[in-house]
Amino acid sequence: MGPSLSGAAQTASALRDWFVREVLPLEGMLLHFLHRNWRNPSDIEDLRQDVYTLVLRAAKEEVPEKTKPFVMAIARNLIIDRVRREQIVPIDAATDLDTIDMAADAPGPERSAVARDTLRKLQLALDQLPPRCREVVVLRRIEGLSRHEIATRLGISEKTVADHITRGMCAIADELFGDASDGRRKE
Amino acid sequence: MSDASSTAHAPLRAKDVNAQAAAWLERREAPDWSASDLGELEAWLAASEANCAAFWRVEAAWQQAQRLAALRRGARVGAYLARHNLRPNLFRMAAAAFVAAALVTGWQLLPMHKSKAEGGELYSTPVGGREVLALADGSQIELNTNSAVRVDIGAGRRQVRLVRGEAFFQIKHDAARPFVVMARGHRITDLGTKFLVRERADGLEVALMEGRAQVDIGSAGSKSAMLLPGDVAVAKANALMVVRETPRELKSRQAWRQGVLIFDHTTLAEAVSEFNRYNRVKLVIADAATAKRRFGGTFPTNDLDDFTGLAQAVLGLRVENRGQEIVISR
Repeated sequence: MGPSLSGAAQTASALRDWFVREVLPLEGMLLHFLHRNWRNPSDIEDLRQDVYTLVLRAAKEEVPEKTKPFVMAIARNLIIDRVRREQIVPIDAATDLDTIDMAADAPGPERSAVARDTLRKLQLALDQLPPRCREVVVLRRIEGLSRHEIATRLGISEKTVADHITRGMCAIADELFGDASDGRRKE
Repeated sequence: MSDASSTAHAPLRAKDVNAQAAAWLERREAPDWSASDLGELEAWLAASEANCAAFWRVEAAWQQAQRLAALRRGARVGAYLARHNLRPNLFRMAAAAFVAAALVTGWQLLPMHKSKAEGGELYSTPVGGREVLALADGSQIELNTNSAVRVDIGAGRRQVRLVRGEAFFQIKHDAARPFVVMARGHRITDLGTKFLVRERADGLEVALMEGRAQVDIGSAGSKSAMLLPGDVAVAKANALMVVRETPRELKSRQAWRQGVLIFDHTTLAEAVSEFNRYNRVKLVIADAATAKRRFGGTFPTNDLDDFTGLAQAVLGLRVENRGQEIVISR
């Protein structure tokens, strides 16, 4: 499906499908790249978001034939751009630009490996949520209860339920696409 | 958070955009989600690529998270529970004399509901649930979505009542204690078997995978049949019919045990009614011509996106998500 999309402006749903299918699986690699080439870890999530923004903006015109080099080139250019433009950034914030290393990045995950891994990652994500948050996520996603039903059952406000769910959603996304725990935990 | 290096780009930081995206997604699942809400969401998405990226990302993750339901079965969850020392009371019942069910269920919180009452302990699954009950005698019962059984196993007898839904039985034979399944007033007596029992609107279906089993209809046992592997018995109040199915048909029948549905030249009407057993969001077919369309394929029971995507892309149908209902039409 991928290549056949190229050459025309994309509809929102085609763009979304492409993004989910082709770009999100690269997130672990992208984060790895950003971490290696940018010193301040607290910027990484924002950089990642900026890469996605630029990727979507470019893909709106034309979806690239090969996603991985496309995404990585955007990431690389973003880093270079930041370093050049923001003179305030100490020069060693980004490692030597000429040696920004694309080749050493992990190969793109095979689809099957991704599928096999998904459950493990989901389980990990769930494990790492605070207990109440995990409880709420399970009630919503697995048991299918509504905000109101969960609030009644647990004796908490609907607002709190919604907060737990949004927090759980973000954590699951980080774990699933970004290998968040693999990166953070220094085992 | 904001330091010298992050001054240039979007004013909203990624964390905030992600939180907003998740909040939208959470709202979209509300029962009162309306067309005007949808309009607002679309406007928010159209406002920036950053919003789109964040929303699609969290949406994709949340959809995947439905796979967690698959963990609600099997020892893996048992191990999970043990590891986290959650709900130890879940395990106390293992000590209960008969159903020493190492009842392995959903994440710690909402195990299969279980309650003690006359006629044995009741085990049930919610819509979309699937559970494995391991019995003390080595037999196993696998409950499908929205199903319930009452298990009564004692020194002299092994009796299970299918209260509702569908269950797969894998029975350890014990000549001294025949295993009897009661459902809708019909009786199935196993002789060491694997079989599937499903309650349908118009009768009870018993499909035999291995071994032998006897089906007696009505409490009086007025009619009975001995099933051999591949046999499917349909028991009604006063009639019993047995047909032979191909291995392929039998496989499709129990595909839910792997969390999928298999269709083969199935009408959309039949497929939709299958999907609706597993999901709270219901599929609705708008017109008769669409209902008669046929298709095939394998789909996750709990994730409607694959199916609706196929309906759109391959069958050229219109799919409209109305929150608690997804309408499929020409």
